[in-house]
Amino acid sequence: MLRLTKLGAGYDRNAPPVVGPIDLDAAPGEFICILGRNGAGKSTLMRTIAGLQPAMSGEVELDGQAIDNMRGANRAQLIAVVLTERTFSPGLRVDDVVMLGRQPFTGWQDALTAEDLNICEDALSQASASDFRGRFFDDLSDGERQRVMIARAIAQTPRLMVLDEITAFLDLPGRVEVMSLLRRQARARGLCVLLSSHDLDLSLELADRIWLLDGAGGVSCGTPAELIEAGAIGRAFDTPEVTFSSVRRRFELAGP
Amino acid sequence: MGARVTTSSLTLLVGLAALSLYALAFGQISLSFGDALSALAGLQGDELVSQIVLDIRLPRVLTAIIAGGALGIAGVLMQALFRNPVADAWSLGLLAGGQLGVALTVTAAAFAGPAAVSFLTVFSGPSITVAAAIGVALTAVFMLALGRKIGAITLLVVGLMIGFTAQGVTSVLLHFAARAGGRVYGGWSDASFAGVEAANLPWLAAPVLGGIALAVFTAKPLTSLLLGETYAKSLGVKVSSLRWLALAATVALVAPVVAFCGPVSFIGLIAPHFARALAGSARILPLLPLAALGGALLALMGDVIVHAPWEQHFLHLNAILAMVGAPIVILILVYSPTVKGWR
Repeated sequence: MLRLTKLGAGYDRNAPPVVGPIDLDAAPGEFICILGRNGAGKSTLMRTIAGLQPAMSGEVELDGQAIDNMRGANRAQLIAVVLTERTFSPGLRVDDVVMLGRQPFTGWQDALTAEDLNICEDALSQASASDFRGRFFDDLSDGERQRVMIARAIAQTPRLMVLDEITAFLDLPGRVEVMSLLRRQARARGLCVLLSSHDLDLSLELADRIWLLDGAGGVSCGTPAELIEAGAIGRAFDTPEVTFSSVRRRFELAGP
Repeated sequence: MGARVTTSSLTLLVGLAALSLYALAFGQISLSFGDALSALAGLQGDELVSQIVLDIRLPRVLTAIIAGGALGIAGVLMQALFRNPVADAWSLGLLAGGQLGVALTVTAAAFAGPAAVSFLTVFSGPSITVAAAIGVALTAVFMLALGRKIGAITLLVVGLMIGFTAQGVTSVLLHFAARAGGRVYGGWSDASFAGVEAANLPWLAAPVLGGIALAVFTAKPLTSLLLGETYAKSLGVKVSSLRWLALAATVALVAPVVAFCGPVSFIGLIAPHFARALAGSARILPLLPLAALGGALLALMGDVIVHAPWEQHFLHLNAILAMVGAPIVILILVYSPTVKGWR
């Protein structure tokens, strides 16, 4: 469904791309975690896939359509994005935020049909965010805000959901909750979910597949078991101080 | 949500109509509501009463309504565009920029000679609006660029300082312009709705109507900008063209107001907050009628108080707006949940 062909992602056409060129694909219903160290290009890759910045080379195709050629509103009907950045907005309510998910489908007045409102309500309950209705978005805690943003993404009824390090501010139960919610959504709606994360343990636990950025532009792709087996996790993350143990599936301090 | 907006709009509209009638009837000379209404309908036998209502009071009331409405809508646009709860044409220095634009034009004409001055005098309506528009637009572009570098509250302080600077320069320029014989437009460092002649009302109203149309047109993408640029982009919005459109709408709304009424303070800043509270939402389109009607109501209230039958004429519009507006802004800054995150 999602296909990256010789994709190079970056900011400068004359320099080598930050990530790529890579060939990857993803199937409907797949929950994919993108891992890599800081600066490996996770956000750059995700922004390029989401069509928020142009590909330096190659292309991203969703259901056979090249993303760079899509008009903004069409793209927004297919791809929903959730970011880690905290946005503040005067007087914005939870309901307003979720309704924004329907915007790619409404007319110029942005009038919502009963159908649209149903989708919004359903999205809120899927994300266990129904209790926040009527509250100011700025009043919510980090975890609550992320749930509302995910509800907004669900309300967008996309084919592809791109979420950039959205679990960064959450505690462990919050992270587990959000990641299993996303996995359920991928399964239930047959959509492809791409989540970049620093949370190695949980990602290895919950992801169907991992895209592992090695920091030199290369990406290894596979199931968690395959990547651990091949020692790819260690190659991407090991430092003199910590090494990844394939046996125990976690990092260990290098002993004296 | 729709019902709330409709009810609130109708309530505001009734309030505005009632206050307009009051403003037409009462002042230095008190008339009955019946007299005022019959004068409005053109059925008034008494020539003097008819003159007071139609020639003196009606242009002032219409000016207050148009200017207040324009500032309210511009406030909604600017608060979304700057993503800043205390942004408005006055607080970010756009009005002062517009005044400076007019002052520079008048001064240039004064030094260019009598032909330029008489041109300005004959075409005073359009020419000062255009001059103000240039000043407003330049200030707005500058503040937008600055707004990307500094926080919302800092931007407010900078905007107010720019306002002071531009107003200082304006008063100096107009002093010399008047000495050089170009007294086209000397008398407005204070805001007032009373200086607009009936003949100039179209010059005030036409750009405002254009601005309202643009505001309605940009309301949907502006709503998505409330979540920030990246989200707006991900929802299919072309952010840079949206920014120019919203800016053009703001200039069209604000320039004629500053050209004809001077730097009307606070209305554009607080009307959007009332509108959001009434609507229970921050979606832009429903806010537009509420902010327009609320702004018009505030403006007319201020004007009614200024023109109440005092012993002598002593009150300035901005003094009233400041007494009402400044404490409200303080309350917004300190308590309102809508500025959480900016504190």
